[in-house]
Amino acid sequence: MRDVAVVGFAQRQMREFDGSPTMVELLVPIIGELYDKTGWTKADIGFWCSGSSDYLAGRSFSFVSAVDAIGTLPPVNESHVEMDAAWALYEAWVKIQTGEVDTALVYGFGKSSAGLLRRILALQLDPYVLTPLWPDTVSIAAMQARLGLEKGLWDEKALAEVVVRNRAAGRDNPHAIVSGDVSVADLLAEPLFADPLHKHDCAPVTDGAAAIVLAADDRARAVVDRPAWITGFQHRTDAQALGVRDLTRSPATAAAGAAAGTRGVDCAELHAPFSHQELILGRELGLDESVTVNPSGGALCGNPMFSAGLIRIGEAATRVMAGASDKALAHATSGPALQQNLVCVMEGRN
Amino acid sequence: MTTTERAPVTGIVSPVRLDYTYAASAEESRFLRGLAEGKIRGQRCPKCEKVYVPPRGACPVDGVPTRDEVELPDRGIVTTFCIVNVPFLGQRIAPPYVSAYVLLDGADIPFLHLVLGCEASEVRMGMRVEAAWKPREDWTTSMENIDHFRPTGEPDAAYESYAAHL
Repeated sequence: MRDVAVVGFAQRQMREFDGSPTMVELLVPIIGELYDKTGWTKADIGFWCSGSSDYLAGRSFSFVSAVDAIGTLPPVNESHVEMDAAWALYEAWVKIQTGEVDTALVYGFGKSSAGLLRRILALQLDPYVLTPLWPDTVSIAAMQARLGLEKGLWDEKALAEVVVRNRAAGRDNPHAIVSGDVSVADLLAEPLFADPLHKHDCAPVTDGAAAIVLAADDRARAVVDRPAWITGFQHRTDAQALGVRDLTRSPATAAAGAAAGTRGVDCAELHAPFSHQELILGRELGLDESVTVNPSGGALCGNPMFSAGLIRIGEAATRVMAGASDKALAHATSGPALQQNLVCVMEGRN
Repeated sequence: MTTTERAPVTGIVSPVRLDYTYAASAEESRFLRGLAEGKIRGQRCPKCEKVYVPPRGACPVDGVPTRDEVELPDRGIVTTFCIVNVPFLGQRIAPPYVSAYVLLDGADIPFLHLVLGCEASEVRMGMRVEAAWKPREDWTTSMENIDHFRPTGEPDAAYESYAAHL
């Protein structure tokens, strides 16, 4: 295996992006920021890969329009996944492992505010027996939360505590769109949104984009003093049908974590768009209290579709590169009720 | 009759309806406002100097924002075209008619529009065309302010003059 590291990260998050769903005008400065950070030009990027969704943009081939932000003469080596860009990063990592390229720039973007997000996401369900019922994301997550409450896996207070901790952490994150000091008592006094979930238990609808630069071996060492070396990168999926799995567990997360090797991590960025999902993920990954969870504030402070998973990797990598973490774990999720899960483990070496 | 003797279910109808609010980019907004005044505004890439219309936020060749505005004439040539013979739901014109790529004079990228005002069989590559605007009182911030393009009768452009724009 080649040593591959994250060497650059840039992001933008906002409640409502006042621009086109191609987000070209947001991607150009993000890519420019990464050129500045790495000292590279377009010619230094061996492979480009993006994550986005036509359903979110409300138009076909929207990712092709976004390629304008790269500039494609001479032609570029480019690919796309209709998933969170964390999976695009996985594709780029595999591409570098093959030896075909040494570097990659991966970006994700999505304008969640263009439509009704929770309704759009119903289209990722089984098209024959589930989608015709239009069960939306928030309602499915509420069912999942209810099952955990009934089984005694968590209570309302535990969910509120997750929100309190993430919002407090979000105060130090300039990209957070929700943050601040709140108390468990205040949160529990809020009205229910989708019983048993309050609005604060659900990630805010967020527009945004993010990008990560990957580099192998000496290419990485030349860019930063302490690259975030990827020591484990795995993804797994559980059954799509909601009725055939225990929704309070996430075997895919446990399997991806075990295969990636999470022992010894001191920091974890978890992609949990709902408060109870952070508890599920922590359990499946075996995280104890010594691990700092979501120092960025996590998805509850901002969840731009198709880049929020990539942002978890970028946030964890940033801590490793800065020396604030020696070994960090980042998790990304996609699909209904934590269906697909990805774990990326990164280490800093001086 | 048992279930197994019934005809198999070969399909279901599952309607999908989603509403989107489309926001135009800053460049698209300037372009659309220009149309409301009968003007066609493109933008020039500062690097390769190509002129894009409608402007698109970044030059797809260089990946840099295209900020210099260029006002373009409402005439140019047909680069390539197709004759629409197939009827479809919502069709506004009776086939056969021509959908064509129109390259405005001074622009580097053609856009799709209708070519009417002559027989479909007379439309050809390099044909000179001009915009047929709707009456001024009907103008809005829309590409539909130009009803169609029509032949000007000028001599055709030489193939070499637009070969790079195909």
